[in-house]
Amino acid sequence: MANLKIGRLIMRSLFKKPTTKMYPVVAPVWKENTRGHIVVDMDACIFCGICARKCPTDAISVDRETKSWAIQRMLCLQCGCCYEVCPAKCLANAHDYTQPNAEKVTDEYTQSDKVSESGSSPG
Amino acid sequence: MAKRTIIPFGPQHPVLPEPIHLDLVMEDETVVEAIPSIGFIHRGLEKLVEKNEWPEMVYVIERVCGICSFGHGWGYCKTIEGNMGVEVPPRAEYLRTIWAELGRIHSHLLWLGLTADGFGFESLFMHTWKIRETILDIFEETTGGRVIFSICKVGGVRKDISNEKLSEISEIIGNLKVELSELTDVFLNDVSVKNRLVGVGVMTKEEAVEFGAVGPTARASGVDNDVRRDGHGAYGELSFVPIVEAEGDCYARCKVRIREIFQSMNLIRQAVKQIPCGAVSVVVKGNPSGEYVGRMEQPRGEAYYYSKGSGTKFLERIRVRTPTAANIPALVHLLPGCDLADVPMLVLTIDPCISCTER
Repeated sequence: MANLKIGRLIMRSLFKKPTTKMYPVVAPVWKENTRGHIVVDMDACIFCGICARKCPTDAISVDRETKSWAIQRMLCLQCGCCYEVCPAKCLANAHDYTQPNAEKVTDEYTQSDKVSESGSSPG
Repeated sequence: MAKRTIIPFGPQHPVLPEPIHLDLVMEDETVVEAIPSIGFIHRGLEKLVEKNEWPEMVYVIERVCGICSFGHGWGYCKTIEGNMGVEVPPRAEYLRTIWAELGRIHSHLLWLGLTADGFGFESLFMHTWKIRETILDIFEETTGGRVIFSICKVGGVRKDISNEKLSEISEIIGNLKVELSELTDVFLNDVSVKNRLVGVGVMTKEEAVEFGAVGPTARASGVDNDVRRDGHGAYGELSFVPIVEAEGDCYARCKVRIREIFQSMNLIRQAVKQIPCGAVSVVVKGNPSGEYVGRMEQPRGEAYYYSKGSGTKFLERIRVRTPTAANIPALVHLLPGCDLADVPMLVLTIDPCISCTER
């Protein structure tokens, strides 16, 4: 034990609560700045398409004719570039992450019926 | 002559966090030649400058590496700022320095954990990563991301950190110092750790210079080389002396990184004390048209960034030379003559980041 320098630390850790949280039983606490996923307020969207042009991964597509806005969740980097350049400020950052998925989903939103999603919704 | 055998090492191997393949030519238990091959995770990030406008390219360049992502973003911004003659506000330079040093702590702690895992010391690995978690939390609170930050932009940074938050960070760093001191004792004085590291893979100062080693790998062999001394960011106003060790073995490389963590903690506390008030970014107008080469000291060593503008929104070329690309020749030189059992330690102690290397 004399040579095992970590012995004291291990003994101390044995009588402590685990450092890790029991997710999902214990809900994660999001920080004020955490970039989880992009949300859109379709009522405010003017379909200018600047977000789609500025997106580094082409995750966003905007269709002015059908008044729809779509995002490929698994392409999105959460860089925040889209909501920074949005002139109508209809895009925003939500702190929680999207649900893990086995398929590449595209979330599509239209102005008429507000939300129509193909694939799973963000969590 | 003993019969020669070739043992493939990687790209999937328990000690390798990233894929590199080595063909180890063995005579009994001794390596006589090592032939490296990379190319498993080339993503063509440099090519994307043709598709992405230069202000947005910073988000892509950060993805060169998941560990020194802030440094890569800063390196890219620095080369564009140099190209366009942009003067960055002093507060932004200080904030960049603080984030870069937090990145260094997080990178070195990750490396220490992986090394502990590499020589089979699981509890040491867990305790090291527990400390690293605190740094990731600071990143999340200040930038919004834990690993990829998207905080640096050409002309400054995207978010400020309040002075209260900075003092809080300084306090957290002070507490971490105490926790890390305990682990330092294990890394540097535990018999089982020393048995795996001392005298293994010795690289002399001459060899390090000849093979162009950079960063902690070179500094552990006595090469006094640290790009931070050129005074970029706020480093010119902070006092520090590069950490250099003379032995050149795996133990020295470990010691340099541990001492650098403490040095980074001191740099952060100095920066928090000295940070000036003011703006954190300037508006950048126009497009880059010239050429510029910038150097940065990433956690793994010196990295080069080259940019060539075309006078439009799209750059003509960018080039990133990462520290691991410089350290692989030194590794290939180190391997012949070592035991097969020491190969994982030798590979790990250059802190290989293959994603960086292949971009």
